Amino acid sequence: MSTTPRKRMILATAIIGVNEHTLWEHPDAGSQTAFSSFRHVAQTAERGMFDYFFLAEGLAIRERARRPFDHDIAGRPDTLPVLAALAAVTEHIGLVGTLNATFNEPYELARQLATLDHLSGGRAGWNVVTSFDAFTGQNFRRGGFLPHSQRYERAEEMVATVQKLWDSWADDDLVADKDSGVFVRDANAGAYEHHSSQFDIRGQFTVPRSPQGRPVIVQAGVSPRGRDFAASSADVIFSPFLKLEQAQPFHADMNARAVAHGRGEGALKILPSANFAIGDTEAEARDKARHIIEQQLSPRAIQVRFEQVWNRDLSGYDLDGPVPEIEAETSPDAPQIIQGRALIHSDRAATVREWQQLAREKNLTLRQLAHEVIATPLDFVGTPSQVAERMDDFVQANGSDGFVVSPEVVPAGIDEFVDRVIPILQERGAVRTEYEGTTLRDNLGLQVPARVPARAR
Amino acid sequence: MPRKLTLGLALEGAGWHPSAWREPSARPDELFTPGYWVERVRDAEAAGADYVTIEDSLALQGASAHVSEARTDEVRGRLDALLIAARVAPATERIGLVPTVTTTHTEPFHVSKGIATLDFVSDGRAGWQPKLSINAAEAANFGRREWPELVFDRDDPALRAFVAELFDEADDAVEVVRRLWDSWEDDAEIRDVATDRFLDADKLHTIDFEGRFFSVRGPSITPRSPQGQPVVAVLAHQQRPYEFAASQADVVFTTPLDADSGTQVLRDVAAAAERVGRGERAGTPGAAGEALHVVADLVVLLDAAGASGADRLARLDSRGRALTSDARVVTGSAARVADEIAALAEAGYDGVRLRPGVLTDDVPAIGETLVPELRRRGLVPETPAGGSLRARFGLATDVPSRYARETAGAATTPTASTNA
Ligand SMILES: Cc1cc2nc3c(=O)[nH]c(=O)nc-3n(C[C@H](O)[C@H](O)[C@H](O)COP(=O)(O)O)c2cc1C
Repeated sequence: MSTTPRKRMILATAIIGVNEHTLWEHPDAGSQTAFSSFRHVAQTAERGMFDYFFLAEGLAIRERARRPFDHDIAGRPDTLPVLAALAAVTEHIGLVGTLNATFNEPYELARQLATLDHLSGGRAGWNVVTSFDAFTGQNFRRGGFLPHSQRYERAEEMVATVQKLWDSWADDDLVADKDSGVFVRDANAGAYEHHSSQFDIRGQFTVPRSPQGRPVIVQAGVSPRGRDFAASSADVIFSPFLKLEQAQPFHADMNARAVAHGRGEGALKILPSANFAIGDTEAEARDKARHIIEQQLSPRAIQVRFEQVWNRDLSGYDLDGPVPEIEAETSPDAPQIIQGRALIHSDRAATVREWQQLAREKNLTLRQLAHEVIATPLDFVGTPSQVAERMDDFVQANGSDGFVVSPEVVPAGIDEFVDRVIPILQERGAVRTEYEGTTLRDNLGLQVPARVPARAR
Repeated sequence: MPRKLTLGLALEGAGWHPSAWREPSARPDELFTPGYWVERVRDAEAAGADYVTIEDSLALQGASAHVSEARTDEVRGRLDALLIAARVAPATERIGLVPTVTTTHTEPFHVSKGIATLDFVSDGRAGWQPKLSINAAEAANFGRREWPELVFDRDDPALRAFVAELFDEADDAVEVVRRLWDSWEDDAEIRDVATDRFLDADKLHTIDFEGRFFSVRGPSITPRSPQGQPVVAVLAHQQRPYEFAASQADVVFTTPLDADSGTQVLRDVAAAAERVGRGERAGTPGAAGEALHVVADLVVLLDAAGASGADRLARLDSRGRALTSDARVVTGSAARVADEIAALAEAGYDGVRLRPGVLTDDVPAIGETLVPELRRRGLVPETPAGGSLRARFGLATDVPSRYARETAGAATTPTASTNA
């Protein structure tokens, strides 16, 4: 028996919305916009004692050659009103929304998140993202107004400013005493001022201190700049690493960075996104996983994802024919054939050459190449007890502090996990059997950060 | 037969009287809790109201009037109105939800998807009250624009010019929001496995809006909502705001002070509609082509809670600041208030929006005494209407996207461009 205390696995689930993973062709697939779908996933996750429900965000419809992508799930309701409505039909589960730091203003965002925290009794969280393209900017007043390098600068200042606004009311500023007629203790309640390279603002905040003081900050982004930002100000990191050999060093690096920022050990929780396929037997689970990947790699999806890296029209190439021996279009003035989808491969030319090389060696068609280099294998495939065991082991080995479990089928995909895997995880003592507290911070085991008063009393 | 009126209730903090929060029924310590808002909207729903509006602004009260004030004896602080409406939606069944969202500093793209989403989570009960941010305190919270030193004198030409600009910008903002609401046709999502298409890309449209103040490309990220075009309702007092309402809104909240001014307001609104050419777009549903639904706002303090309305008002006035209002203040019995409302119906108004002096007293009183009286007189329907909020206002309920209409119209026009 190990003497170190057992780590409890943190669990979140998501409706990712616009993406190429969700199987709209699946016979059980439902609407990804109807409120009933959001309610089903959040309530089911709450039944499974999950820590939080999570929504991703994108602010522009993905395009190929100036036309909307028509083959993937597209279209999503607005994050904050969905979460506010979910607060009405859930009691314990955290409600975390992805909101862009580039295309929002701190006063407005701070107000909306503090409102959500009040309206949910302290269950609000914010996943801070910075956006990856200027294309999205075409939908906003100021356009794509920041180059990538300044987006983290803005994101850092955004979080700092938002936190300052959250701290602008003292806990006891709201008096509301009918007899004495004192509504606020101090006419300056909510007063703040912030002057930095990105924001030059002053005034009074309209929302008294919320139940969590500060809603939980989640951050996704793994460049060195992103890591430092997360280590200094995030509570949770939404990480992309699910191979133990990458995940352990990332976990260690992030914890070391957090400590270097003067934060306590364990102040930062790391949650990779994980998907699963469950079967009564391992073979059945493998079949399911294979089927999921085949559906994800529909012919048009393959074409678009290769086109994004090549930055060329590949519609003339047969998927069952050879891999095109043409180079990626990398000239800086060339228009992007694919817009609104994150480019994972920073060096397109090298990636294309690498893929061509691989195809030659293994004699692969385009479709076969897609299965080698584009398909994302499912993370946990097996019987419910195999899935539970592997997830638990991963957390105990400090691969992460838990997972964002994101099923491919909306909304019913979460049911199987909650009904079949959660009871085994509970038996192992790996997840909770009852919510510990009333706020998301309580349930994540996070401290309420000390308030930094904006003004002298 | 008198005409049937729509009935709205305007929710603001503890009520529209600045001392409302000190009444025995008031729950000022709960103003920032969900329970408070759910109960207020359920009260309004039980009272038989067609819709509630929820006030908002991007600065602290007091500061958001034209002059900053440092008071501690009145309600200060408020939650985001759109999110209150969304939080309340699953906890109510029938009532329309019309939050205020400002137009000056907010992004039309965000407003568009926010209100559309309220429409999704309320099953077609969403509306929007767009509001300009005129004061410097709101601008300072955003810090993006130069704001003139404003002297709040109606005759000051500099003020008039500045406000006119803000209205021009608001016109564009609402236009963009409405275009984004139309940027997905109703049946854009096809889920056609055979052709590997989730969407019909021909049914999504860029809006390519280029205006004096900003440009927005689109389409929206949010598909078309249940009502297609949620109801847009604007509070207006003067010529320029009437024009703004006439060109962009479905409903206009007005503030007639007596029978004579009531008739004058209706005439002014009609003249504004004429000037902006609203009638010429008649028959174009969903984008201000339909008849403008004119509502009269009244602040009400009913005989309730063991005191006459007049006594309640006097008591509240003596507590601190006396009630002053842009809208007529009516106190008294249900019969007395119903008389006022009957006169407005007679004058030609389509509805009334009541601003309760004290939410926790006047909203229940409206349900218990006033609405039964209005029903007895045939001024409001016997049972509150159901269905979408658009239906409640007599607006078309099947509103095709303007782009669908254009495409359908263009089919016979060889010069029309297509994306095919
Ligand atoms: C796991 C993960 C999830 C993300 N989710 C979103 C999202 O929902 N919306 C979005 O605009 N960006 C999202 N991003 C993008 C990040 O915010 C960031 O812009 C991007 O990763 C570039 O930053 P980096 O160079 O630090 O990785 C996500 C990134 C990661 C790693």
